[in-house]
Amino acid sequence: MSAKNKGKSKVTIFPDWCKGCGICAAFCPAKVMELNDQGKAIVVREEDCINCGFCELHCPDFAIMIQPKMDDDIPAVCRDLLLKKTGGQVAGESEESNKEKG
Amino acid sequence: MADIKGTQLIHEYLRHNKKFPHVFCAGCGHGIVLGSLIRSIHGLGLSKDDVCVVAGIGCSGRLAAYVDFNTVHTTHGRALTFATGIKMAKPNMHVIVVMGDGDSMAIGGNHLIHAARRNIGVTALILNNNIYGMTGGQCSPTTPSGSFSMTTPAGQMEQSFDCVELCSAAGANYVARGSVFHVNKLDAMIMEGITNPGFGVVEILSPCFTQYGRKNKFKSPVEMYQALKKKVTPIERFNEIPEAERGERVPSGVFVKKNKPGLEEKYYEMAAMCQGGE
Repeated sequence: MSAKNKGKSKVTIFPDWCKGCGICAAFCPAKVMELNDQGKAIVVREEDCINCGFCELHCPDFAIMIQPKMDDDIPAVCRDLLLKKTGGQVAGESEESNKEKG
Repeated sequence: MADIKGTQLIHEYLRHNKKFPHVFCAGCGHGIVLGSLIRSIHGLGLSKDDVCVVAGIGCSGRLAAYVDFNTVHTTHGRALTFATGIKMAKPNMHVIVVMGDGDSMAIGGNHLIHAARRNIGVTALILNNNIYGMTGGQCSPTTPSGSFSMTTPAGQMEQSFDCVELCSAAGANYVARGSVFHVNKLDAMIMEGITNPGFGVVEILSPCFTQYGRKNKFKSPVEMYQALKKKVTPIERFNEIPEAERGERVPSGVFVKKNKPGLEEKYYEMAAMCQGGE
């Protein structure tokens, strides 16, 4: 909720679910999102995100997800192992891949 | 499902075999209410099988199709009657009724006041968007006087219903008004409405840009949310403002909170008494 949390979160927008109402872009206190030429929201200044949670709460289409930033320095294999150990915190990702298979 | 939150949590409760994104227009507040309802039920720790969502006809009626609880999609205005039956048969079920303003106060107005009078233990969420959105933008009982709609091109001249006053007067146990802009407060209201015994009503102000906004000089959905932000005032503050300065402000918050037992509790008590007396 404050500048302390700045740059610690990862903002994901699902373009298929976004209808481009513009609520997130208009009300974001750090102006993280903008609308692109198709009218859909895109993340432009992710490092400015203060993790207030406004967009996630107010997106009528459930198209925005805010997660803590994963450290990209960890190799992918180790990351998978870590995730398994913690019970799969990025559940959305693994579920999506399962759905594609099934 | 212990750690997840936010959008991930909502996705857990959605029926992914339905078509997504959902049917609501861009900027419609109903999606926010859907999210709020899911968060509230998760926050109370209710299992999916213990919750029944009953919806009527209209834009709000589509809401029940998307959530993975026991759901009933009923006839226009009669959602409360179906809910009454469910609650009487299964008193431990948490029955939540989702209705629009036309659904609850026009065709189902009679059922609303009598559900409030009976104090049946269901929670009614009334999604008030001031217009009949799905059928083409006719004026509804809550269209404010002076505003425009498809059937009132020169301005609505009738007075509009105040849902909160109507339900309080009819004897509901819990009456609150929230808006889709103030989501955290709305979550708290829905949670309180579900846990409070007896009939609970939460009126939710939700903007409809496609039908109402375009006819009333709003340029985008965002402008409607800005107007909502300006308009909705907490009840404590609203009472402090002198009447002449209130203008378009609408009070929000919890208006009535009583602890009377619901009809189903009384009914089962009486049934036990009658059986014991034989």
